[in-house]
Amino acid sequence: MERIRKHHLFWPVLVLVALLVFNLLYDPDFFRIQVRDGKLYGNLIDILFFGSPLALVAIGMTLVIATRGIDLSVGSVVAISAAIACFTISKGADQNDPGLVATAILLALAASALLGLWNGFLVTRVGIQPIVATLILMVTGRGIAQLITSGQIITVISPNYKVIGAGTLLWLPVSVYIAALVFALAALLTRKTALGLFIESVGCNPTASRLAGIRSVTVRLFAYLFCGFCAGLAGIILSSNVSSADGNNAGLWYELDAILAVVIGGTSLNGGRFFLTGTLLGVLIIQTLTTTIYSTGVPPEVNLVVKALVVLAVCLIQSEGFRRTLARSLVSVRPSHQRVEGKVTTRG
Amino acid sequence: MRKRFIGRRAGLVILLCAMMAFMAACGSSGGSQQQASGGGGAPAPSQSAAPSSSTPSESTGEKKIVLGFSQVGAESGWRTANTKSIQEAAAAAGIDLRFSDAQQKQENQIKAIRSFIQQKVDVIAFSPVVESGWDTVLKEAKDAGIPVILTDRAIDSPDTSLYVSFLGSDFVEEGRRAGRWVVEQFKDHDGDVNIVELQGTVGSAPAIDRKAGFEEIISADPKFKIIASQSGDFTRAKGLEVMQAILKAHKDIDVLYAHNDDMALGAIQAIEAAGLKPGQDILIVSVDGIRDAFVAASEGKINFIVECNPLLGPQLMDLVKKVVAGEPVPKRIVTEERTFTIEEAIAELPNRQY
Repeated sequence: MERIRKHHLFWPVLVLVALLVFNLLYDPDFFRIQVRDGKLYGNLIDILFFGSPLALVAIGMTLVIATRGIDLSVGSVVAISAAIACFTISKGADQNDPGLVATAILLALAASALLGLWNGFLVTRVGIQPIVATLILMVTGRGIAQLITSGQIITVISPNYKVIGAGTLLWLPVSVYIAALVFALAALLTRKTALGLFIESVGCNPTASRLAGIRSVTVRLFAYLFCGFCAGLAGIILSSNVSSADGNNAGLWYELDAILAVVIGGTSLNGGRFFLTGTLLGVLIIQTLTTTIYSTGVPPEVNLVVKALVVLAVCLIQSEGFRRTLARSLVSVRPSHQRVEGKVTTRG
Repeated sequence: MRKRFIGRRAGLVILLCAMMAFMAACGSSGGSQQQASGGGGAPAPSQSAAPSSSTPSESTGEKKIVLGFSQVGAESGWRTANTKSIQEAAAAAGIDLRFSDAQQKQENQIKAIRSFIQQKVDVIAFSPVVESGWDTVLKEAKDAGIPVILTDRAIDSPDTSLYVSFLGSDFVEEGRRAGRWVVEQFKDHDGDVNIVELQGTVGSAPAIDRKAGFEEIISADPKFKIIASQSGDFTRAKGLEVMQAILKAHKDIDVLYAHNDDMALGAIQAIEAAGLKPGQDILIVSVDGIRDAFVAASEGKINFIVECNPLLGPQLMDLVKKVVAGEPVPKRIVTEERTFTIEEAIAELPNRQY
């Protein structure tokens, strides 16, 4: 029991379960899953479906945050990627041509990876603080997306492109598989190769890592590149889902949701240790919360307040200090000496 | 250490170059007609307008009317169509248009209006970004004897002498029109009519007014019930997401009322995913009238479109001419707007420009 409670995923899982139980009590139908036209249909599937683009962005964000960085530009990269993909397709003679769709996707992904690399370049080579470096792209990115779409919402009619964001494969949405694949890839790369260790060590202390022979610049460049790539993929899914690119609104505030998911998942903004599974749980918590708000009919004026309160509660619950204070005030008896876990945060 | 310093400087130089190149690119694409916008908020109109337009003092022959127009920005397809309409109508009417893009910032708009006053334009027109905070700058225009016309959005000021006329849509009336159609459709219907409402961005004038107008009409009969009302932020993606959740929470939905077409388009997708037929199982009413909505209507997926017309250029130019000629003009002019049923939408589809 003690071991389970000490596990880093204990609190996120508990919060998610609590949210689901609340929904179960509110509306027992919440968990009902039907098969409709050869695909599963229900709230839980919706959560996976709408959560998958956010999961992609958050996975990339986890690696960046692990290197003690942050990427505020992901929302804009989502918009740019969506704009490039839809613009390319809309210019084609036959919008449904598989070759054209593939070109559009590759172009969008390449551009997103390049934008990620640009962020990495600013951070590692120019030496700008990550928050400032990525802020540049966050602000200009929406402008770039608007330039590509010339301020319009580009609508494409391309069943082949639509498959990515709205298609179904073996009863589940295609986008869920994409997110799962990227998650597996990231987990494999960071847990089965030395890359994960490199990222954690760079996040703990870049200088010491460099002196120890780790190419900290390359590692950080990779993290930003991967983050850009993930955001691009999310942009393609989002635009494909509604068959249109909206430079203004696509991926708006995604950076904040992604950072929140990473933090809920237990990864510290100070860099170092990171938890991909935790991030995934964070995404599920955020998306479940959103779906809950919509289906319980919370008035739109107080939506954000409700969301903020739940997030605040989640963050407080995860804080060991807060839990201890709470326990102390509830049980006025002082608990016996608390063992403080040795948290490895070596500061340069 | 020194090497690193140089590296850092070189990086900054590259960054600066990239930024300049980017800004230049912005400028060239933005300056399509009379002049480019005041990009970084600088009141540029005076300089950049010079080559393309004759200033009043130097004009030879017939004197052209000079209209200074400050646009909100280019935030939506609607707005882009609005800008285009004004530019084309000005060219057609032979009015010298000084156009300035405020990029959704009030301070840019105030700067632009001040620079119009300095240029001594004949008329100033603008779409206020926000409702309040205009008294000072409009007083300056009034003192300079330059009439001001508001387009599309109103200002919130007790002193109505600050502007001569307000030309724009009546959002409340749009809501009423949507409501009247719903009431008409269900006049012989016994039992409750369950309505789902997708609201626009919380707190925005169109969302507040379209909701109010709609409720005003349907509240006359208690059988009309809004069973769910949620914000979809005027976007397709949110409309889809919100509608998915609402469809699962409510089994019996008769009507969907969306505050704009984009949300309706997203919701249509959600309704189809639920195995229902949009336009038949659930009747759909939406506001705006963008081209994509007409396409959906022609497929029978949207039943009724209430137009919110961005093409107010010609009306604005008529108004400007009247103001300059000293003719009296009404304080409030509602743009000419129509409504479309499926049949009317099919007929109108080829003419839709935006």
